[in-house]
Amino acid sequence: MDTPRKLNLRFSWEAMLCVVLVMSLGLGRGLSGEFLGAANMSNLLADFTEIALMALPMTLIIVAAEIDLSVASVMGMSSALMGVLWHMGLPMPLVVVLVLAAGVLAGLFNGLVIVRLGLPSLAITIGTLAMFRGFSYLLLGDQAIADFPANWTTFGISTVGDSFLPQPFILVILAAIGFTVLLQSTAFGRSLYAIGSNQTAAHFSGVDVARTKIKLFVLSGFMSALAGIIYTLRFSSARGDNGEGFELSVVAAVLFGGVSIFGGKGSLVGVLLSLLIIGVLKNALTLYDVSSEVLTIVTGLLLLSSVLVPNIAERLRAARIKRVMAAKAVAAR
Amino acid sequence: MSTAFMNQHTQSLAPGAANSPTPERQRWFLVLARNRESTLLVVLLLLIIGTGMAEPAFLSWHNARDVLLNVAITAILTAGMTVVMLMRHIDLSVSSTLGVTAYAVGSLFIAMPGLPVPLAIVAGVLIGLAAGGVNGALVTFGRVPSLVATLSTLYIFRGIDYAWVHGGQINATSLPDAFSHIATGNVLGLPILVIIAAVVLAGVGYYLKFFRGGREFYAIGSNPEAATLAGIRVNRRVFVGFLLSGALAGLAGVLWLARFGTVDASTGKGIELQVVAAAVVGSVAITGGVGNVWGATLGALLLGVINISLVVLRVSSFWQLAIQGALIVLAIVSDTLLSRRIAKWSMKKRELG
Repeated sequence: MDTPRKLNLRFSWEAMLCVVLVMSLGLGRGLSGEFLGAANMSNLLADFTEIALMALPMTLIIVAAEIDLSVASVMGMSSALMGVLWHMGLPMPLVVVLVLAAGVLAGLFNGLVIVRLGLPSLAITIGTLAMFRGFSYLLLGDQAIADFPANWTTFGISTVGDSFLPQPFILVILAAIGFTVLLQSTAFGRSLYAIGSNQTAAHFSGVDVARTKIKLFVLSGFMSALAGIIYTLRFSSARGDNGEGFELSVVAAVLFGGVSIFGGKGSLVGVLLSLLIIGVLKNALTLYDVSSEVLTIVTGLLLLSSVLVPNIAERLRAARIKRVMAAKAVAAR
Repeated sequence: MSTAFMNQHTQSLAPGAANSPTPERQRWFLVLARNRESTLLVVLLLLIIGTGMAEPAFLSWHNARDVLLNVAITAILTAGMTVVMLMRHIDLSVSSTLGVTAYAVGSLFIAMPGLPVPLAIVAGVLIGLAAGGVNGALVTFGRVPSLVATLSTLYIFRGIDYAWVHGGQINATSLPDAFSHIATGNVLGLPILVIIAAVVLAGVGYYLKFFRGGREFYAIGSNPEAATLAGIRVNRRVFVGFLLSGALAGLAGVLWLARFGTVDASTGKGIELQVVAAAVVGSVAITGGVGNVWGATLGALLLGVINISLVVLRVSSFWQLAIQGALIVLAIVSDTLLSRRIAKWSMKKRELG
């Protein structure tokens, strides 16, 4: 495949996402007067905090041509563990540290099995998806723990000062900046593109492929645990089934952001735009009383269009070039 | 995936491989390892005998019937998934197809109470075919990677289901007795549903093994470029694979309706991962080209028996998922390690002459 054409498409995809974002904001404004109000914006942002936190490392993983389907299970496991540790009487800061450490361990397990044994991450993380979710049921069963200290749960639901920005969203902003710098302007980030486009070539140009991939899965485990903690505080409820099925939403958001499932292509800007679009559409349709289930259709169509639209554009362009060449050939004769 | 890395890792992991074992041991090891299905069968039998010894009630006919009825439906889905996975593709939309079909056929019965049962089954399969056609068209004509295409249709079909069902439900009372008879009736002591499943599975298995079209699935998964050069019409074959997976999901939807009677918009939600898991445990390689329906069925059977064993042994059902997950990881790891050892051993044998 020739790279210039691909690059060209990637940039136009992000421009397209900008247009779609503006359009969906307009749609939201048109559907409901309260849409652009502070209260609603606050809801909108809070609603996809967890998905965003998990989509950031997922972007890096998919760019490196791997996948982590276990993120939502790690999130649920962290939530359950948080409840159990809190009930054991540990102080909250320690609970948070331990939960994050557990997330790191879960990611390390994924990374080691995938990298050291050279196994497909899709298969392994489907396995650990079930395994970690199983652990979270083992920890908490079907009960919920809700008696977290008030000063912690208010963090989950309050906003920064008088602004509409939900407090947990600050973490998303910080993480988004951190991950963008990491992917777009560090050697580590560039090596991910190298691994994603050609692992063998990356290896021979001095990239430690194994170590890099393990780091990615550890990072993903950590962020999933963080998402679990925030989700638990936001709803002040630790449950084993928290975040069930989120893995597909996370993957969908990343792919809609223009990251290729085959790796080596995509940017965090695209993914952040895609997250915003999905959040805005979901919020706008809910305000308009479209059932949230119908939104699943929209998610699916968005995801499909992320591949179909560039494909069709590419084919049209190829057809046009062919036509022009044919016309030139005729003229030359 | 680079084989160079794999070899490095295997070497560092398996130092024992260097001192070659005696030929006898190797032969025994090879026979067992080469045929992963036999290993799976042994594990399955041990599990059944073990559970039966701990809790004799497990070996009751009633219980066996329950296991078979549950597994039959998953196994049909797993067979479809096997066909798709053989070509290095994946079909995540089976659960949504199953849900839509179950509700559609149920509504058909409400609209036409006198509908003959075979016609209902045909209708279900046709709906499944349509869903499979959408997936196949997206993957072949739209050139959308199958993971993305079927993840999208997983959402889209489910969304259509929600929009259509709108909180409604179909109950067993709306279904004619002749239809429910598929799950409750027996022929020669076996539930009709299980016989249908067995016939379908045998048919798909036979097709994959002995028909040119079936072998082409393997060729495509092992090496798509080589398959194209060998004159296989890859696009057409991939399309057929998705059609098959869709049709089987449709059939599974009809059988689900017959078995459970009650369906709503969330019927079968999340079952796609279970199906992929069963295929993987049944040693169908996610990287394509390796596996068969027999193994996949054993995989589905093993996961199904584990679930019921836990219930019978009064182990909290919360263990179920954890064990299933650990089993999947274990199955992939052991399979890979075994096949690499075999590859290394046959290489050594060739070198020695």
